[in-house]
Amino acid sequence: MNRLNASGLLQWVDDRFPLTSTWRYHMGEYYVAKNTNFWYYFGSLSILVLIIQIVSGLWLTMYYQPSAERAFSSIEFIMRDVDWGWLMRYLHTTGASAFFIVVYLHMFRGLLYGSYKKPRELLWIIGVLIYLVMMTEAFMGYVLPWGQMSYWAAQVIIALAGVVPVVGEELVIWLQGGFIVNEATLGRLFALHVVALPLVLIALVFVHIVALHHVGSTNPDGVDIKKNKDADGKPVDGVPFHPYFTVKDLFGYGVFLTLFVAVIFFAPEFGGYFIERPNFQPADPLQTPEAIHPVWYFTAWYAMLQSIPNEALGVIVMLAGTVVLLFLPWLDRTEVKSIRYRGLGFKIGLAALVISFLILTWVGMQDPEGLPIILGRIFTAIYFGFFVFLWVYTYFGFEKTKPVPERVTS
Amino acid sequence: MSNEAPDPSRRRFLTGAATVVGGVGVVFAAVPFLGFLRPNVEARAMGEPVEVDVGRIDPGQRLTFEWKGSPIWVIGRSDEHIESLKSDELRGRLRDPDSERDQQPDYVDPQLRSVSPEVFVVIPICTHLGCIPIFYPEMRAQSFDDDWRGGHFCACHGSMFDMAGRVYRGVPAPTNLEIPPHRFAEDGAKLVIGEDPDDAEEGAA
Repeated sequence: MNRLNASGLLQWVDDRFPLTSTWRYHMGEYYVAKNTNFWYYFGSLSILVLIIQIVSGLWLTMYYQPSAERAFSSIEFIMRDVDWGWLMRYLHTTGASAFFIVVYLHMFRGLLYGSYKKPRELLWIIGVLIYLVMMTEAFMGYVLPWGQMSYWAAQVIIALAGVVPVVGEELVIWLQGGFIVNEATLGRLFALHVVALPLVLIALVFVHIVALHHVGSTNPDGVDIKKNKDADGKPVDGVPFHPYFTVKDLFGYGVFLTLFVAVIFFAPEFGGYFIERPNFQPADPLQTPEAIHPVWYFTAWYAMLQSIPNEALGVIVMLAGTVVLLFLPWLDRTEVKSIRYRGLGFKIGLAALVISFLILTWVGMQDPEGLPIILGRIFTAIYFGFFVFLWVYTYFGFEKTKPVPERVTS
Repeated sequence: MSNEAPDPSRRRFLTGAATVVGGVGVVFAAVPFLGFLRPNVEARAMGEPVEVDVGRIDPGQRLTFEWKGSPIWVIGRSDEHIESLKSDELRGRLRDPDSERDQQPDYVDPQLRSVSPEVFVVIPICTHLGCIPIFYPEMRAQSFDDDWRGGHFCACHGSMFDMAGRVYRGVPAPTNLEIPPHRFAEDGAKLVIGEDPDDAEEGAA
């Protein structure tokens, strides 16, 4: 054997590092059901957006200055006086919204096809943790430009810690590093945003994928393809991830990037939804903007907070909105995974959940009076009602499921 | 050295002892990392008292100052304002009309919540989530309230406060606005924010 050729080199590496076996385990011989559909794009798309955020964020850090004096002007400088600075900044701001769009669709896929059910409970929980870290990361990033909305959003969110009994007030001062949101606050949010949370996020994404490849991907029929293998031990209803799904996902990347750059080039502020108007004014600790509401991806949770007249209860309800997702694998007792074979009650319930989330998203953008408050209360109740209903519906056997086929359908 | 198997209880004890000592070490090591995040000397210096001139304030007028890094409003109140603050009609709509919750120094009037009836000093930070309310001194109907007696409306979540910073019922803010310690000097022309009146100690006791 010629020790200098490529296979010789590969063998040399394989003797020292599990390169070929890792490739086979995760790509070449990772089998995915051949019937996965449109909804299966969003997992790989969220990895693409994560990479866009890391790269554009790294570039922004080269000019951004985390000081109360210079933060706002350094962003303006990046936008106006640094070559391609506008692109890096809009990649990052649009990327933040895109991240939530693909992740929300990815989570919806999980609900649609029961991706949280045995044996994927831990996979789902890791995913919910990723979402929580992502929200924290997005909030901190939003503060960094030190515009009016940045400043007051920080004030409102950090003040939430004040509802902690006894030590609440002290806790807020400690978190802020002062009696109000100030430069010390900006510095710590910057450090967390660019170092600590990205590390946590990457680590969680890594274990999310490790867990996924251990249990295998779901499919729209909710059939376990590992149960039906051919003579070689390959799932008959599965095809290897590479090249089939790498190509499928690359196609998805192409479509996504087309839409993504269209937003960056033609509507980077997206009518005030991706970058809110008050954030074009520098932070002023003595002047609150007329209305404070977070960016669109948080407004559903914010609507829950606004709808509850009691402050501490409002914070608890808002947190419960995401924490309840952690328990979903045990609230839904039906073994049938896919919505295709589930009862009518589940279909109506899921529709009600999605509608209430969308309406709450709208409510959170409105002034907190009159109709929005009433809608906020009704749909907060419906949102939580879904989880109660789901448990009652499935625990007491009210659900009439259809028979799940042996093989995937085309 | 013996080749006998180690005594398991001895090993358990050593593991336990090492864990406890190591755990205590971790707790002590956390102190500087958490202490680092406390307000620094510069931030603490912002808590020093400030002296401001309020000699020519008119009813309905508002002056803005800064103390402890947060805004302080000094508001002039008319006789109608003062009368309305004591009226049962308004008191019935308030959560805490007699300032029973600890949101003000002991020496202020429990209804007017100030040292001087005409000059009201308040930290205009909504007790709900820290927004700054909008000041509506006029005693006439507003879009958010048909029977408005003057006061503050928080546009963030709709909390309402009267001309003494007392919170209305049925709004998200849980308590009245906070009143900073303050005293008057030089016959009422100068206001010192962040310091108690000289005779406050007897009053508080």
